[in-house]
Amino acid sequence: MSDPVDNAAKVPPEAIKAIPVRHYGRWVSAVLVLALLALLGVALSGAQIQWSTVPDYLDYETVLRGAGNTLLITVLGMLVGVVLGTLLAVMRLSKNPVVSSVAWGYVWFFRGTPVLVQLMLWYNLALIFPLLDLGFYKDEMNDVMTPFLASLLGLGLNEAAYMAEISRAGIQSVDEGQTEAAHALGMTGGRTMRRIVLPQAMRVIVPPTGNEFINMLKTSSLCFAIQFDELMKAVTDISSRNLAVMELLMVATIWYLVLTTVFSVGQFYVERYFQRGSARALPDTPLQKARRNLMTFSHGTGSGAKP
Amino acid sequence: MVRAEGVHKSFGAAHVLKGIDLEVAPGEVFCLVGPSGSGKSTFLRCINHLEKISAGRLWVDGRLVGYRQKGDKIYELKEREVAAQRRDIGMVFQRFNLFPHMTALENVLEAPMQVKGETKAVAGERARRLLDRVGLGDRGDHYPARLSGGQQQRVAIARALAMEPQLMLFDEPTSALDPELVGEVLDVMRGLAEEGMTMIVVTHEMGFAREAGDSLVFMDDGAVVESGHPREVLSHPRHERTKSFLSKVL
Repeated sequence: MSDPVDNAAKVPPEAIKAIPVRHYGRWVSAVLVLALLALLGVALSGAQIQWSTVPDYLDYETVLRGAGNTLLITVLGMLVGVVLGTLLAVMRLSKNPVVSSVAWGYVWFFRGTPVLVQLMLWYNLALIFPLLDLGFYKDEMNDVMTPFLASLLGLGLNEAAYMAEISRAGIQSVDEGQTEAAHALGMTGGRTMRRIVLPQAMRVIVPPTGNEFINMLKTSSLCFAIQFDELMKAVTDISSRNLAVMELLMVATIWYLVLTTVFSVGQFYVERYFQRGSARALPDTPLQKARRNLMTFSHGTGSGAKP
Repeated sequence: MVRAEGVHKSFGAAHVLKGIDLEVAPGEVFCLVGPSGSGKSTFLRCINHLEKISAGRLWVDGRLVGYRQKGDKIYELKEREVAAQRRDIGMVFQRFNLFPHMTALENVLEAPMQVKGETKAVAGERARRLLDRVGLGDRGDHYPARLSGGQQQRVAIARALAMEPQLMLFDEPTSALDPELVGEVLDVMRGLAEEGMTMIVVTHEMGFAREAGDSLVFMDDGAVVESGHPREVLSHPRHERTKSFLSKVL
């Protein structure tokens, strides 16, 4: 009997040419989905809506300004949320019981009440404090608490409560050995947090923060209730005059989808960046994924080979 | 250099250290051996106050660790003061604990620049020298994930040495390494010992203890069972417990 290793070296292995498993389910479901989409198309084209006017409103000045303000309040609100949220997370993990209770109480209140109520509370603050007196600064509350500031406070402070929990999870995900190593080198708690723990927590914090961003983009539509000139207020203002309610809601829908799509793509690449070095293989970009999915139809071999 | 008198440590109901007395002289290589769970790592961690002792006294360089005594009252040190004490004590961990978001060189630079406020020029010069010394002069720009276990542990030693410590603590520095990588780390440690660094080493490497060690303590169940010169204890153990342990590891 010959040695198996020797044998393998002499005879090169023949490549397997197997007939791939047929995925009939994919064809059936594709046909079904196309049929449903066609039905939806037919229904919408016969609906009592003037589709031709929708593109006209898309770049209406009021609508564009509204979309710009939606973007602005989202970015600023998120900024407040991230900075304050990180601070709250560090406070929550503090050994000082007063500080950690304050952080707990903050999260309890702002996570426990609806954003709409919070926005209304800020906007109507002048009802109970007609005068703002900060000692060095004095003014009528109504002049200070503009729709913009009320929106920023409402969205930002509410977001901070959620970001605090996200950051806390990130901080706690960092191995305790890292803190010990930093302490053993003579670093104090604050410096260890800043230089060692937070940079490593980022990988866990970034993905849910992207989600929060997109959530905020949509939640900001609530600010129309307190007269902030964002996208939702722009379209309701117009439709209250010309009564083209559905047409303008379609305009808002399209704009929100455009904004969230742009940010989803951005989020994907930011996450991909933070995974470098830690994940064994970077995830496919949408283009690579689409190409691979199309291949499954032409070749029949599924994406099953690659989990 | 290090003196312990009746050191006790409890974690809740678990009594981990039950009265440790020992003394480590300057320049000495002091080996702590014993079965896992015997409290040797805990004792090591008490020396730089990563663990608080529950009773007894522990001095490093004549100063109480983590406390200050005035009359018969004992005061806890502030965080800043504890950090200052730790600057002079280097520590090497079983699992390396390198900072994964920094390159090897940045790992070594971090503490001198952040804690001592050294300039990049001063700290960088020393860091490169230390990396050279542990045989990794060409790996300064590598992230820890791209280094082998042995290389990571050598960077960790360089990182601890960058603070120019008076005392080095090694907590099973080779236990997480593949057998073939153990040698390169022990070589670096032997070099340090020859230069007269005071070292306390928790280890299962009896060969290292025998060659490089000046004293050896065998611990079991939170207490010192026997101590003496490594060759003496390892070759002629007096206690049954030591004999049975050594018969399993040698």
